[in-house]
Amino acid sequence: MSKQKTRRGSVRMTPLFILLFFLLCWLVGLTTGEPGRVLEQAKSICLECIGIG
Amino acid sequence: METLRKWIQCVWTLIINGYWAFPVSKNIYQGPLKVICSPGLNCYSCPAATTYCPVGAIQQLLLGIRFSLENSTYYLGLYVAGSVGLIGTAVGRFVCGWACPFGLYQELLHRVPLPNHSIPKTLSYIKYVFLLLFVILLPLLLVDQFGMGKPWFCKYVCPAGTLEAGIPMVILMPDLRSTLGYLYLNKIVILIGFSLWSMTASRPFCRTACPLGAFYGLFNRISLVRLKLDRNRCTDCGACHTVCPMEIRFNEQPNSAECINCLRCMNEACRFGAISLDIAGYSFYPAQGRQDGRNPVRPR
Repeated sequence: MSKQKTRRGSVRMTPLFILLFFLLCWLVGLTTGEPGRVLEQAKSICLECIGIG
Repeated sequence: METLRKWIQCVWTLIINGYWAFPVSKNIYQGPLKVICSPGLNCYSCPAATTYCPVGAIQQLLLGIRFSLENSTYYLGLYVAGSVGLIGTAVGRFVCGWACPFGLYQELLHRVPLPNHSIPKTLSYIKYVFLLLFVILLPLLLVDQFGMGKPWFCKYVCPAGTLEAGIPMVILMPDLRSTLGYLYLNKIVILIGFSLWSMTASRPFCRTACPLGAFYGLFNRISLVRLKLDRNRCTDCGACHTVCPMEIRFNEQPNSAECINCLRCMNEACRFGAISLDIAGYSFYPAQGRQDGRNPVRPR
């Protein structure tokens, strides 16, 4: 797809601030060791979650 | 553009379901990639899944939050919320249109040549109820004697989980068949219901029940990547209404939370260059629409 690029004003700042907020959440989660817990859950089959058992 | 979008949907589906050794291992993927968030709805109990589902993960963390706090581990769901928040702020519901396996499944079913029916707009609010109640409040507040909740959305509703994990696991592990009951039947009925509905209406699950779509939709107004309407160029001809799979009147609601950014209105409908792709303040126009729309015709 060929596209014509045009600049239409300044860079929007609101999404960048919200991105920073979620990045902070993500980092806090990272420091508390949450990825390990998520991995532990994701590695096992949750039978209850898929309607079995 | 639609062909490209379909290819991208297929590639995404294969990437996040890239563990094809499961028929031999008879088990799900258990490697380190499962620490990565799947942008779309993709059950992590699917034998081929290589990433975690944010809807499933957040419920699991919330239902065990008391247990976690008692053990001073503080698993509050911030890692998962941060991951989906980053995705939502960056691209909003682009994920739904371009990277969701269950969205692709519904689109393929919609190709069955049957009469098309619209979905009442009021039904679109149900997905916010699912997000708030079934994904957040019920797993968090309704607990058993041990202080543990249930993954309400996954357990009682999610048809993606039934399609991607419930059915394959029963085929893969014959021993599980003896444990099937009303819960499984309920989920099969929901899956069949949405599958049949998808044949006669465009993306019914995304529009009425998907909590992840509801969450991403909240960011459509502010996301870094979004569609933008140039009011000076728009003639209110209504051409964008005819191609939209989500039945949005784009000229009336350019920041609708329902928009999945499939770009059909921009590439296939608008002849006046009124719709552009806005990336952090920079607008990108399709070459054809820009040429046709060189002289805005909207009366002032």
